[in-house]
Amino acid sequence: MSIEWKSWKELPIGKIIPEPATTLKFKTGSWRALRPVLNEDKCIRCLLCWIHCPEPAIIRLEDDLVKIDYDYCKGCGICANVCPVHAIEMKMEGE
Amino acid sequence: MKGKRVGLNGDTAVAFAAKQANVDVVSAYPITPQTIIVETLAKYINNGELDAAFIPVESEHSALSAAVGASLAGARVFTATASQGLALMYEILWIAAGMRTTIVMALGNRAFSPNINIHCSHDDAYAARDTGWIQFFAENVQEAYDLTLQAFKVSEDHRVLFPSIINLDGFILTHSLEGLYVLDDKTVEEFLPPKKPYNPIDPEAPKTYGPLDLYDWYMEHKKLQDYHFNNNVPPVIKEVFEEYAEISGRRYTPVKTMGVEDADIGIMILGSSAGSVRHVVRQLREKGKKVGVISLTQYRPFPKKELVEAVKNLQVLAVMDRSISFGSPGAQLYMDVASTLYNAKHRPLLFNVIYGLGGRDLTPVHIEGVVEKAEEVLKKGEVEEEQIWVGLKE
Ligand code: SF4
Ligand code: SF4
Repeated sequence: MSIEWKSWKELPIGKIIPEPATTLKFKTGSWRALRPVLNEDKCIRCLLCWIHCPEPAIIRLEDDLVKIDYDYCKGCGICANVCPVHAIEMKMEGE
Repeated sequence: MKGKRVGLNGDTAVAFAAKQANVDVVSAYPITPQTIIVETLAKYINNGELDAAFIPVESEHSALSAAVGASLAGARVFTATASQGLALMYEILWIAAGMRTTIVMALGNRAFSPNINIHCSHDDAYAARDTGWIQFFAENVQEAYDLTLQAFKVSEDHRVLFPSIINLDGFILTHSLEGLYVLDDKTVEEFLPPKKPYNPIDPEAPKTYGPLDLYDWYMEHKKLQDYHFNNNVPPVIKEVFEEYAEISGRRYTPVKTMGVEDADIGIMILGSSAGSVRHVVRQLREKGKKVGVISLTQYRPFPKKELVEAVKNLQVLAVMDRSISFGSPGAQLYMDVASTLYNAKHRPLLFNVIYGLGGRDLTPVHIEGVVEKAEEVLKKGEVEEEQIWVGLKE
């Protein structure tokens, strides 16, 4: 089953979500005002951002390089704040 | 009348009905004047007369929370409360209705504090009016028993799936011993077979209950709930009333009227006082006064159509509330009636009567006073005083 409601008349009784793991479909990245931008050349692969991201929207790659998952990143800026080498910069969305 | 004649008070009659309904779970916290209900059920379970889980909780908030979980897991669930207990449940009342549980709850109507009072007001019933629970008002012990059984059938119907409250006036009904007819267990079992759960909690088919629901779908969820409550519940209540009439010989209707067809003056009232009002009105009618009485068995969903029909020949209607709503245009029943009638083709002149707060007796003299007031309104053709209090030390 895939949830594709268009009207209140189609909703299941009891306000339930009838299938599991639907949070994945909830792209909270759309809430973001500031966007973390990673400078891979500066990154020392310490993974502090990966540990601190509350979402978690920092993806740890095989070689311990990190990648930002913009589908779920809310733009809180914690990663940029904890990065010891300032490899992440917060930029206005749309810029 | 079918069944066996027994003597029970309102609380034990409700407990007996819940036992006959063969409930699976009782989750409750004691509070006067409903304590006898849960005590009696605890005894039934302890004696082995009822095979159910009794969940003794630390508060009413927990009592209803546990009831919600049990109901969604597929159990037939009963609980009871009153006054402050209902107030403590308030958050969960909305959740129980919105998540479409089928809990049946007896409410031994009792006044809200301050000051502490254990006697009857309808404060608690009215406090639950917006929460999406079906509400019935019992007029006597027989009705408290009958409505408890019928409430399970209504709530669990898959066209309904809403919890129900049975209101019974604190002490006046909860603690008064009355003769009533009870059905035999087999008849009840046929009327009320085991609950068929709708979409219950199932580890094999995981679902999310009560998720975050923001501006994107919250409004649609409320619309669906409101639509089902208003459109699906009333016809099922009528069906269940009919079916129950066949097995019991006692026929219930959402609105109960006496003499309104030829009356100029009507008195509208809820709960146990309706009987007293009818008694006085019968005497007045014998003296030639054109007075009628309206009471409600079904309070939520509010039976608008039936009320419009009931008042169509009345010139004046006194709406009596055993409660107050501070700063509102009137007390709670009065506001319901006024809003219902505002767009009706015919509407009588209305005034609001506050009576019986905290268990103050409503005497025949008070009721005659209300009729006299209504006669004045009828003569003048206008309402000068929109709200009067009766039985008050002036
Ligand atoms: S901005 Fe916040 S949410 Fe986005 S990647 Fe950084 S820490 Fe995670
Ligand atoms: S905190 Fe900075 S240096 Fe460490 S992994 Fe993240 S981006 Fe790289």
